[in-house]
Amino acid sequence: MQISGAQMVIEAFIAEGVDTVFGYPGGAIMNVYDEIYKQDKFQHILNRHEQASVHAAEGYAKASGKVGVAMITSGPGFTNAVTGLADAYMDSIPLVVVSGQVPMSLIGTDAFQEIDAVGISRSCTKHNYLVTDAKDLPRILKEAFYIARTGRPGPVHVDIPKDVTAQIEEFDYDIELDLETYKPHTKGNPRQIKKAMEAIANAKRPLFYLGGGIINANAAYEVREFVQKTGIPAVETFMARGVLSHDDELLIGMLGMHGSYASNMAMSETDLVIGLGVRFDDRVTGKLSEFAKNAEVIHVDIDPASISKLVNANYPIVGDVKNVVIDMLAQIEKIDSDNYESWRETINNFDELHPLTFYEDSERLKPQWVIKRVGELLGDDANISTDVGQHQMWAGQFYPFTRPRQFVSSSGLGTMGFGFPAAIGVKVATPEKTSINFTGDGSILMNVQELMTAVEKKIPVINIILNNNFLGMVRQWQTLFYDKRHSETDLSVQPDFVKLSEAFGGIGYRVHTKEEFDAALKDAVEKNVVAFIEVIVHRMENVMPMVPSGGSLFNMMLLEKKESK
Amino acid sequence: MSENSERRVVSVIVINEASVLSRITDLFSGRGYNITSLTVAPIPESKYSRLTIVTSGSVRVIEQITKQLHKLIPVLRVYEHADMVEKEMAMIKFPASENLSDIQALCEAYNGKIVNAGENTIIAMVADEPKRINNFLKAIKRYNPKEIVKSGAVALER
Ligand SMILES: Cc1ncc(C[n+]2csc(CCOP(=O)(O)OP(=O)(O)O)c2C)c(N)n1
Ligand SMILES: [Mg+2]
Repeated sequence: MQISGAQMVIEAFIAEGVDTVFGYPGGAIMNVYDEIYKQDKFQHILNRHEQASVHAAEGYAKASGKVGVAMITSGPGFTNAVTGLADAYMDSIPLVVVSGQVPMSLIGTDAFQEIDAVGISRSCTKHNYLVTDAKDLPRILKEAFYIARTGRPGPVHVDIPKDVTAQIEEFDYDIELDLETYKPHTKGNPRQIKKAMEAIANAKRPLFYLGGGIINANAAYEVREFVQKTGIPAVETFMARGVLSHDDELLIGMLGMHGSYASNMAMSETDLVIGLGVRFDDRVTGKLSEFAKNAEVIHVDIDPASISKLVNANYPIVGDVKNVVIDMLAQIEKIDSDNYESWRETINNFDELHPLTFYEDSERLKPQWVIKRVGELLGDDANISTDVGQHQMWAGQFYPFTRPRQFVSSSGLGTMGFGFPAAIGVKVATPEKTSINFTGDGSILMNVQELMTAVEKKIPVINIILNNNFLGMVRQWQTLFYDKRHSETDLSVQPDFVKLSEAFGGIGYRVHTKEEFDAALKDAVEKNVVAFIEVIVHRMENVMPMVPSGGSLFNMMLLEKKESK
Repeated sequence: MSENSERRVVSVIVINEASVLSRITDLFSGRGYNITSLTVAPIPESKYSRLTIVTSGSVRVIEQITKQLHKLIPVLRVYEHADMVEKEMAMIKFPASENLSDIQALCEAYNGKIVNAGENTIIAMVADEPKRINNFLKAIKRYNPKEIVKSGAVALER
């Protein structure tokens, strides 16, 4: 089949089963947009900013488990998308991002809207390509999808000069990929697995440390079985929320900077860390030299470079978590769950001493209450996205997650403005679920133009703005560590969020009380349209517990205990 | 990076394609690793190139370097050399007024010779282990070298 480079992009997407492309057109990518116009195999969603296109593709990928696809033009279109690439890279999200480039003859001449796109994306993608000949395009696109979704997933960027999209060549997508330099190993070493199982059997206080890699590997249900059958308690990273159900008795909670007291204490007291799909991020470990100080470490990960990068692994196992856990389950008889009875009791005592909680206030709603309440009202029926800040941490702490891929949040990069476009992608991927975005009065303004996208395409995302009139998380650090000098974090001057949503054709609510909140959420879910629910919450609430940056995990600042309710 | 920082030679076999070198140098600069020297040339009759990188760091850093290099898609193989033959080449330009036979004798002791003797300058070449090359360069100081060029090290595992 003799077709143009632009048509090849369309054909490759169809062959890959792409049903949605998020993007924004411009000069250098127009040939491809012309072909998008002519086809009806997939939908294109026009975001109102390229950053949002990539975040939407990320949300789509995380909720569906498929590769997310975004398309942008050269120059400013591409640079706008860079934050999204970096975000996907940090959180190992499979994406293919196609950008237009100036024609080959103009590359290197500082042409209009020319930027060295692959030079910029090199450090924030898993791999990238500058296509110099349409003959290479079928192979490159096929490799791009393959590399994005295999091994440790990540974003792949394909930059295509305009004349290459016009070039007519033979298209054959039915090619065998021969990537002799890229062969992710997926099976764990059987000898290491055997040794690790023996270590678990001999441990007195083992602890599962569950990470986002489990979700990427679609291994949550195998991990649930593993935890159940061993009776070993588990902590989750922020990225792993939903691997275990919130009501699993063996789930202690989230660990790290804003982890629960019991989770962080368990990690400090364990004698064997069983790390699955984790990377010992500094927001999780606190001071490294004090992290799980008395423990041996089993570390299972698909990425060899994650193993012993920060914490030395006594039992390193490179492989796909799902395969490794299945292999471990085959040797489960080695482990006697009764051995850990007193360890489980110790942990329960930690939890009784300082449970994860908050105190309500008669004056204003507490943000934590709002999140818990959404959990009570919607629970499993909602998929949850967040922006970045205090509201994000409270969502991680207080939402009752029941399943993997229910929670989408910018973890590694911490990108304000991620939540709303991501929630659009989530809703597109899982239309049967209510798509909730917990956001802040700061974050929502960083991609607020997505109101237009959601309204136009009738993608009913409900944005719950926890309005504390502050860049709350930064304000919290200023209160605690900068002697209350609240430099440039006071957001007293604000738009009318209700009118803002209405101006784009969405609906809006401003709520002050529990009753108003319940009514607004119920109404928004029923109306099934794009909504802002602005909740006026307590201004000075802090996220607790908190491990100060660089401190040891067991040295937490804790919620001040109150006698009243 | 100061704790027990040691010198290491790493060879990397990569697909010889556009921008592969910047992928590697970006990795070093982006992650704060040192490059003492780097040489690169195509491997004859293949689609690969071979890089020899002299770097330094703690055991953990070196381990990360090899793993991160391996993660790059066009990288076929990474050798962290332990037992190797390592050579470096240097060329030195002297004023013609210096003592030719002295320089020649010194060069021979370091696996080299005079490769060009012109009207105004003499050019000598030596190829030896990097440490010995450095000794050589110290020894020839008194002959007023005008210009020195070193190739960077190349290595083969024994
Ligand atoms: C793009 C970007 N800029 C700056 C920051 C730093 N930052 C982290 S949290 C935060 C405050 C967010 O405020 P808001 O959205 O109102 O959430 P809150 O903490 O009040 O819940 C800021 C500025 C960031 N994470 N991302
Ligand atoms: Mg705020």
